[in-house]
Amino acid sequence: MDGKTAPQMRHFNPYSDNGGTILAIAGQDFAVIAGDTRQTVGYEIQTRYAPKVFRLNDKAVLAVNGFAADGNMFVKKVKQKLEMYRHAHAKDMPLRAIARLIQTMLYAQRFFPYYVYNILGGIEEDGSGAVYSFDPVGSYERESCRAAGAAQSLVQPFLDNQIYFKNQQPIPGGPPHPVHLPLSRVIALVTDSFTSATERHIEVGDELEMFIVLSRSHPQQSLDPRLNATEVSTTASGEKVFVIRRPLKRD
Amino acid sequence: MNSLVSKFSTNNIPKQDVEDNEEYSDSMWASSAGYATNGLPTFRLPSLQQPTDFLRLHTDDHADPSCRIKIKHGTTTLAFRFKGGVIVAVDSRATAGSYIASGTVEKVIRINKFLLGTMAGGAADCQYWETYLGIMCRLHELRNRERISVAAASKYLSNLVYSYKGMGLSMGTMICGWDKTGPAIFYVDSDGTRLKGDLFSVGSGSTFAYGVLDQGYHWDLSDEDAQELGRRSIYAAGHRDAFSGNTINLFHIKQDGWDFIGNYDVSKMHYDGPGNIPGAPGTGYGYEVRTNPEACVVAD
Repeated sequence: MDGKTAPQMRHFNPYSDNGGTILAIAGQDFAVIAGDTRQTVGYEIQTRYAPKVFRLNDKAVLAVNGFAADGNMFVKKVKQKLEMYRHAHAKDMPLRAIARLIQTMLYAQRFFPYYVYNILGGIEEDGSGAVYSFDPVGSYERESCRAAGAAQSLVQPFLDNQIYFKNQQPIPGGPPHPVHLPLSRVIALVTDSFTSATERHIEVGDELEMFIVLSRSHPQQSLDPRLNATEVSTTASGEKVFVIRRPLKRD
Repeated sequence: MNSLVSKFSTNNIPKQDVEDNEEYSDSMWASSAGYATNGLPTFRLPSLQQPTDFLRLHTDDHADPSCRIKIKHGTTTLAFRFKGGVIVAVDSRATAGSYIASGTVEKVIRINKFLLGTMAGGAADCQYWETYLGIMCRLHELRNRERISVAAASKYLSNLVYSYKGMGLSMGTMICGWDKTGPAIFYVDSDGTRLKGDLFSVGSGSTFAYGVLDQGYHWDLSDEDAQELGRRSIYAAGHRDAFSGNTINLFHIKQDGWDFIGNYDVSKMHYDGPGNIPGAPGTGYGYEVRTNPEACVVAD
C-alpha cells in the first residue's frame, strides 16, 4: 500500500424487492383496491402482515408495491401533503389532483427514484370510480383496472379477459359485453385473482386486504353482511370506505 | 464585527443539506400545481460521486434486463406537415423490458389547444416536461398577450432538457402546432437536438413508419388522404415492430387548433381496416393482400 489511494465504494445498492402484488379495479360508482400482505426478501418471508394498501382520505386509497421501505416513506409523505392541503383548503384533495401530486412527488426523485409501483383508486369529483397507475418515476394514466408487483404478469391477463373482455366474442344476437361490472362480480374477481396468484407465485400469500370505496351515487351504501367488511370512512355524508380481510394460503 | 461581515458576505450562503432537502416548500400549494415557484423544479440526487452511474445501474434496462426499476418506454410516433395542417399519429403500447405494461397509453400530450407533443423514450420524462411546458406556454400568453410560437415553445423544451444533459433523461419528441407562421413541427430530444422539418418519425418502430410515410407523402395531400397515411404508417410499425402496437391515436392540427380524429385498434386495422372512411381502402391493411390478392385494388 502506498497510502495514496482513497477508499473507494464499489457498489451502492439501496434497493431490494419485497414481492407481493397489488390490484385495483374501478366500477361505475365504486373502486376496489387490494393487495396481499406478505413481505419477502428472496425466498425468505419477513412478515405475513405488512400492509401495502392505505386509505388516504374518504375517497382515495393508495396501493404501493416494490421496495417496502421506499413505499412506506412515500405513503407517509403523500399523507403529509394531503393533510397540509386539508388545513389550507378545508376539504379533501380530489382524486385527480392526488394523482398529479403523486406524479410530481415521484418525478422529484427522477435521479434517485423510489422503487415503487403505485396504484391509486377511489372516487372522482363526478362520482365515478377511478384507478390511476404510475411507474416508479411518475408517468401515469387513468384506467379501469391494473395489477402491479410480483404477480402482475399472472393477474393482468386474467383481468384483461374478465373486465375488458379481451379475446372474447359476445354471443351472436345476444347482449354486448358490459362496460361496467357490478360490485359483487368485481369482489369475486379480485378474490380469485389473489387465490390464483398465491397458488402459482411464491411471493404472494398470507392475507388479502381489500379496500372498497363506494360513491355517494352507489345504490347501496353498505356491503353484504356476509362479506364481513369493516367500515373505515370518517364521515357519514361522504364516500364510504370499507376493508375486507381474507386469509390466503400461508405456505 | 466578524459575525457582521459573515452575515452579509456572499461567500457564506448556507449550503442546503442534501439529506434534508424537501422537494418543495409549503407555500406553493395551489399556486403552481406542485412545481417549485422559482420556475424550475428541484430534484433529489443520491449523495455519490457519480449520481448518473447510480441511475444507469438501476434503471437502464437495455444494458441490464434484470435491473430493478423498469422505466416505461414509448415507441412509434410520427408527425408530418402538409397543405392542410399537421397530422400527428402514434401507437399506444408501453413496454417494461419484454412485458407489455400498457396498451392504452396516451402518447400525444395536449400542451394546449394549438400545441401537441409526442411521447417516445421515457414516458415520465415526456409527460412531466411537456406538462411543465404547457404551464410555461400559458405564462408566455399572459405575459406577452399572444400565443407562443411553435419555434419558441420547442426551444424552451430543448434548452430545458439540455440543462439536464448527461443526467439520464430520455425523450424523443415532436412539438407540433399552428402559430402565426402556419403549421410547424420541431423534433426535440434529450441530447439537445432541435430540428425544424416537414416529416418526422420517432421511436423503435420509426423505420417501419418512415417506409410507408415516405412512399405516400407529398405536400398537396387531401385531409382524408393525409389522415389515412398517418394511420397506415403507424399500423405498419405496429405490425412489424414488437415494441409498438395495440392502438393508433390520430390527431389533425388545423388553423383553429387540433382535432382528435380517432382511436384505431391495430389488429382491427389488419383484418378489417378503419371502415368506410374517405381515403381508406375499404378492406384490411394486411389480411386481404395476403390471402386474396385479386380482390385488392393495385395502385399504379
